[in-house]
Amino acid sequence: MTGQRLFEGADWDFATLQRIHDACEEIARSELGLDTYINQIEVITAEQMLDAYSSVGMPLFYKHWSFGKHFAFHEASYRKGLMGLAYEIVINSSPCISYLMEENTATMQALVIAHAAFGHNHFFKNNYLFKQWTDADGILDYLEFAKRYVTQCEERYGHVAVEQTLDAAHALMSHGVDRYPGKKKLDLRDEEKRAGKRRLHEERAFNDLWRTVPTGPAKSRQVLNIERRRKLLGLPQENLLYFLEKSAPRLAPWQRELLRIVRHIAQYFYPQSQTKVMNEGTATYVHYRMMNRLHQQGRISDGNFLEFLQSHTNVVFQPEFDDPRFSGFNPYALGFAMMQDIERIVTNPEDEDREWFPEIAGCGDVEDVLRGIWANYRDESFVGQFLSPNLIRQLRLFHLHDDPEERAGIKVDAIHNERGYRRIRRELSRQYDIGYIDPNIEVVDVDLAGDRRLMLRHTVVKGAQLNELDAKRVLQHLADLWSYDVSLVEVDASTDKVLKEYVLNPRIQPAAA
Amino acid sequence: MAFHIIDRRLNPGGKSLENRQRFLRRAKAQVQSAVKKSSQDRDIKDVLEGGEVSIALDGMDEPRFRREGGTRDMVLPGNKKFVEGDILPRSNEGGGRKSQPGQGDSEDAFRFVLSREEFVNLFLDDLELPDLAKRKLADTESEGLQRAGYATSGSPANISISRTVSRALMRRVALRRPRPQEIAALEAELAECEDEARRAELIAEIEALKAKAKRIPFIDPIDIRYRRFETIPKPVAQAVMFCLMDVSGSMSEHMKDLAKRFYMLLYVFLKRRYRHVEIVFIRHTDRAEEVDEQTFFYGPASGGTLVSSALQAMHEIVRSRFRPSDWNIYAAQASDGDNSISDSEPVSRILTEHILPVCQFFAYLEVGEAGGYSFEMPDSSLWSLYERLRGNGAELSMRKVRDRSEIFPVFHDLFQRRAKQEKAAS
Repeated sequence: MTGQRLFEGADWDFATLQRIHDACEEIARSELGLDTYINQIEVITAEQMLDAYSSVGMPLFYKHWSFGKHFAFHEASYRKGLMGLAYEIVINSSPCISYLMEENTATMQALVIAHAAFGHNHFFKNNYLFKQWTDADGILDYLEFAKRYVTQCEERYGHVAVEQTLDAAHALMSHGVDRYPGKKKLDLRDEEKRAGKRRLHEERAFNDLWRTVPTGPAKSRQVLNIERRRKLLGLPQENLLYFLEKSAPRLAPWQRELLRIVRHIAQYFYPQSQTKVMNEGTATYVHYRMMNRLHQQGRISDGNFLEFLQSHTNVVFQPEFDDPRFSGFNPYALGFAMMQDIERIVTNPEDEDREWFPEIAGCGDVEDVLRGIWANYRDESFVGQFLSPNLIRQLRLFHLHDDPEERAGIKVDAIHNERGYRRIRRELSRQYDIGYIDPNIEVVDVDLAGDRRLMLRHTVVKGAQLNELDAKRVLQHLADLWSYDVSLVEVDASTDKVLKEYVLNPRIQPAAA
Repeated sequence: MAFHIIDRRLNPGGKSLENRQRFLRRAKAQVQSAVKKSSQDRDIKDVLEGGEVSIALDGMDEPRFRREGGTRDMVLPGNKKFVEGDILPRSNEGGGRKSQPGQGDSEDAFRFVLSREEFVNLFLDDLELPDLAKRKLADTESEGLQRAGYATSGSPANISISRTVSRALMRRVALRRPRPQEIAALEAELAECEDEARRAELIAEIEALKAKAKRIPFIDPIDIRYRRFETIPKPVAQAVMFCLMDVSGSMSEHMKDLAKRFYMLLYVFLKRRYRHVEIVFIRHTDRAEEVDEQTFFYGPASGGTLVSSALQAMHEIVRSRFRPSDWNIYAAQASDGDNSISDSEPVSRILTEHILPVCQFFAYLEVGEAGGYSFEMPDSSLWSLYERLRGNGAELSMRKVRDRSEIFPVFHDLFQRRAKQEKAAS
């Protein structure tokens, strides 16, 4: 069957984009069974793309010098030609916003629409992590609120104070997420309303008389035993920003709100960091299927299809470990290879596959299997369950174990053979486990009876301690927010031996309370 | 399903501008010293061009908790010959255990590009135009014209066609002036009409319409509107910069180069303050002439030295072309300091009586041969003369320069903020 060509050559206009979108949508519905948010496609210039880069890809964001720093950095490397710009940026929002660069050719626009507006879009809407942790409907409004709020704070309390608080919050951003689902779903619109109400209530309920009301006799120290105190404070707590927001003794209400904003934004990005391989793999697989189908239908010419293949090959290029270009796994390459491998297992399995993947091998319905995987896995579990021996052989994966104690050198622990498959799969899956990637740091106690010192503990896994300079800087920020001393001990997970201890004082000494 | 395409290309760009300014503000000290440093090894012409600077990110770090060391497990692609149990020797650097690029302290040396404007601003940031006695001249205002609505009277040159035509249209519609098409339609009907009674009726109607059209003119004098202007005071936004230079045989290429650098800096500086800056080049030996830039710097000349001739020329040019009430006048004179003794009297007379009263600023730059220190330069005849004038209260700035690298410090010195100047003076 030959359809109408969607476009000829490299030129495009908005009608072309419309045709491409409609053609892709038809394939998405009828063939792949995708379920997407409404698309909003925005055409932008290279300069606007650089703008977007510097504010973590979001269309609007509060102002902070660090974004300016990133902008200057990106701009310098872009102008020198060190860095190409992404073809698109897609935002997990409803409607799902995709930014397309104006200088893309028509083929590239088709690729990008298939990739972002359908691939990523479906993933955002259906993956359980995104459902659990992000609120696509509310995010843009919330960012708008955050921007306004930060501006208001700057007007009321001064640029310097706001900047200091944000600096500190940003330093703790990676430890400002809840890792386990709470009682209820995040609703950012509600959140915005609540912030306003909270402030209003505080203003209304403020009465200086309350300060003069005598309180009852202080409870004896014995009553406040450690267990009770920890329970009251909700300890141990690994969400440092949450803990500070709720319990830091000397923060002003607006500072708490700023911490809350940074925390919510960190939480919004939390699923993305855990699903890089899957997210890109899904989008790449979707664009590959769609572009092939469009070509089969005669809606893309052979020449344009070749152009697509070239870009696609660049995107999924995986240099080998001894290649100077090697810098870890390319999430596009690994994700796409795994999706294709699953397609092979489902449609055309070998005996080995039947043994390894009895539930899906040969079941025939590729789209259904993939949709299930897209919805219910993250990188760690996805690699842990679906990396097949076939693919391990194909990529010639091997596992290195590097123990600094071992003088002789680095040991090759497993290679792509019968004995190695499971070990390689386990280790690779661990590389994507957020629990292993981020240092495990918790608030364990507060010395309420003494000098109000905040006590943190870093559980050291496999001997990897914190970089000292950075740790001191972050702890300094933490101490400034807490307003009293902060200590961090690094404790070996297996032996409970204390490896190192940091103590930092706040830069601004608290006035006598 | 609903689906939107939005063209954002026309949205205002520079969304990151404010973030960038915040960043520059925060890094100001570092950026400024980097700018100074990089401007030293540049050609002066390129000072204007902005460009890349490299700063140390002191206090600009964004720390995060990062782990390093310990036992590591890695899975890598592309095994060629390894088998299980192989031991690979570590490379000497400790197996690439260095911190990752783009993280933490490895970002220390940070290079980025400053725009031309940012560069010049930072470069001249701690400088200020001298606040000398003739300050009131800097605030002198001239009259400017600004549009201010419409008027019923005015000069024919100011007729606002569009406003007049639209008012005429309104009036014609309101008075129901018959349109030419209507008459034409009736006339066409008349031409084809056979019936006598109907013809008479038509003729009468056409006559009536024509008469009405004649009574109601297409454009009436009451429709006419004129653009109205109001005069508003405008600050003087133009400056003229006089470059005076001695080109007698004693001035070497090196000296001219020093003078040129100084003039360029002054030009950049004035350009930042005034929308319009004119430059007048006056070179002199024992005669002065106004020349173009090429001739000024590179044209051959020889002869004796009479400084007063240049001052006289400047005075005449000011009088004929640059009214002091309309122009901010700056002058910089470069010379090796030679002047005939007999010329002292005319120089001090012209300077104090004609030139200094109208100038915002008059700088004298004494250039010497390279090598040695500028403070070792003996006082020349011109220098001592100016020194004396200064002692008598003349507003003169004077410096000696010998080496290229001294130009920037001298320039900075001359234009430093007033607070510092006062301190230095006291």
